[in-house]
Amino acid sequence: MIQLIINGQTQHFDSALNVAQLLERMTLNNKRIAIECNGQIVPRSKFEEQILADGDQIEIVVAVGGG
Amino acid sequence: MENLIIHDKEYSSRLLVGTGKYKSFSQTREAIDASHAQIITIAVRRTNIGQNTDEPNLLDLLPPSKYTLLPNTAGCYTADDAIRTLHLARELLDGHNLAKLEVLGDPNTLYPNVVETIKAAKILVKEGFHLMVYTSDDPIVAKQLEDIGCVAIMPLASLIGSGMGILNPWNLQIIINNTKVPVIVDAGVGTASDATIAMELGCDGVLMNTAIAAADNPILMAAAMRKAVEAGRDSFLAGRMKKQTSYNADPSSPISNTIAKRKNKVA
Repeated sequence: MIQLIINGQTQHFDSALNVAQLLERMTLNNKRIAIECNGQIVPRSKFEEQILADGDQIEIVVAVGGG
Repeated sequence: MENLIIHDKEYSSRLLVGTGKYKSFSQTREAIDASHAQIITIAVRRTNIGQNTDEPNLLDLLPPSKYTLLPNTAGCYTADDAIRTLHLARELLDGHNLAKLEVLGDPNTLYPNVVETIKAAKILVKEGFHLMVYTSDDPIVAKQLEDIGCVAIMPLASLIGSGMGILNPWNLQIIINNTKVPVIVDAGVGTASDATIAMELGCDGVLMNTAIAAADNPILMAAAMRKAVEAGRDSFLAGRMKKQTSYNADPSSPISNTIAKRKNKVA
């Protein structure tokens, strides 16, 4: 079981998963998002490759209105 | 009317607008369309976990094929946060390098922290970002940001969202006189005349958000701002008449050949 901190919230997962799987789990896989893991951008091309580890801090962002 | 050129790209509109504070996406889109703005700012924020399946996405409303999107670093108080935010924004926008850098110093006044802004700009420019940088109206800071390689300098006219207007035209004028890249007033515009005043000083453009979104009728205000920016630009290019400061008038009608006084006056 691993623990990930996603957008400030702690979430638990039965086993290790890659970024693509995480996004699918969160129904974000086809959305226009950008993702950072432990302070580093995870490019779209690496979503399948990058496996998340226990304690990883993840930021998932979208475009919103702003000035 | 010549175009605004920012880093080799031409824009016919000198009005740039933000997308915050609107009631709905459809109002946002209507206001942007009424403004004829081509450069549109957006912010980057955490997505809501668990409640997002059918929420429309702002990027669908503003396709990059039609608009030039300018992601900002609003809410960042350190150079590092601004840098991270623009990395995320670049990823979000498929490698798009044009961005608005702002690093704030204080949550009440939202005044820029120019020291952190300069720090962030040095790093981001090296990484290939084309920065339109929000700054104070300090001419030395503006020059430093230009020398670093920012593609536009965006001094505040007054506090973000305050609508106080162009508070220091003198500093703005110094910046305009000493900057080769476009100078775009960003922050503090409240009504159409503010935008016109900025353009008459010689600004290359005006960026505003609250002035339109918080108007009673945002769509009408957006159209007014479009005209205000155009009128200000044309006025600037037309070369205004000299302002007389001698307390002497200068008649518009000829002083010679006026009719003589008559004998049978009635008044």
